[in-house]
Amino acid sequence: VVWTEQERAFIQEIFGKLNYEEAGPKALSRVLIVYPWTQRYFGSFGNLCNSEAIIKNPKVAAHGKVVLRGLDRAMKNMDDIKNTYKELSVLHSEKLHVDPDNFKLLADCLTIVIATSMGTSFTPEKQAAWQKFLAVVVSALCRQYY
Amino acid sequence: MSLTAKDKAIVKEFFAKVAPKAEEIGNEALSRTLFVYPQTKTYFSHWADLNPGSANVKKHGLTVVRAVLNAVDLIDDLKGGLLTLSELHAFMLRVDPANFKIINHNLLVALAITFPDDFTPDVHVSVDKFLAQVSLALSEKYR
Repeated sequence: VVWTEQERAFIQEIFGKLNYEEAGPKALSRVLIVYPWTQRYFGSFGNLCNSEAIIKNPKVAAHGKVVLRGLDRAMKNMDDIKNTYKELSVLHSEKLHVDPDNFKLLADCLTIVIATSMGTSFTPEKQAAWQKFLAVVVSALCRQYY
Repeated sequence: MSLTAKDKAIVKEFFAKVAPKAEEIGNEALSRTLFVYPQTKTYFSHWADLNPGSANVKKHGLTVVRAVLNAVDLIDDLKGGLLTLSELHAFMLRVDPANFKIINHNLLVALAITFPDDFTPDVHVSVDKFLAQVSLALSEKYR
């Protein structure tokens, strides 16, 4: 993957503006509400009965933060996301048994959360860089599936 | 994944807020479609300027959003109501239906940017379902 200086700057900027404690929980609760079949992976999280329950669920919030910290690692290792995520890929495939199609769904919800927080400063150019970053992350997560 | 009464109510209420900002939303959505997914530019090779915010993009973005607003009024029979538009897309424009997902995604981004507080997860799921149904109706006459 080749990153331009512009793309690197945009990704740093977007992460810089993110409140990790809020964005992660918001993105995870959004994916569970917008694509309810994703709830299949969170049977142990308790009450996911309706959107209010999901948004207030402390396990969802905690896990949203875990996810965003994982993305932070990718951002800090942009030139080798593939290897940075090797174990995460094995985890999602072998232990969690997550259908890789779900990665894109969460990526899209995170993009929407960022759009709500950044408004028009989330320009088309930044969106392109951000979606390229997420595509690389998703591809790295899919790599160890067989 | 058909629209429930709740979905329809949410869509109608939310798009009433969208109507006054149709041009803004259309510009954001189409600009992003052309910029973030450059393969979509192939359908607009007859335009001089495909850059975000150009006159052509603004005008056509508005056309698209107006059509979506019209579809809200036709929500109880999208297939019937959008038949002519489907024929247009199928026989004249011949837009690959895979692109409907792309413009839908960018419509959602435009809505999220413009209505950060109103575009809640509940609104998001109903609008996403609605746009998917619109795409299905648009694909009706393809084959």
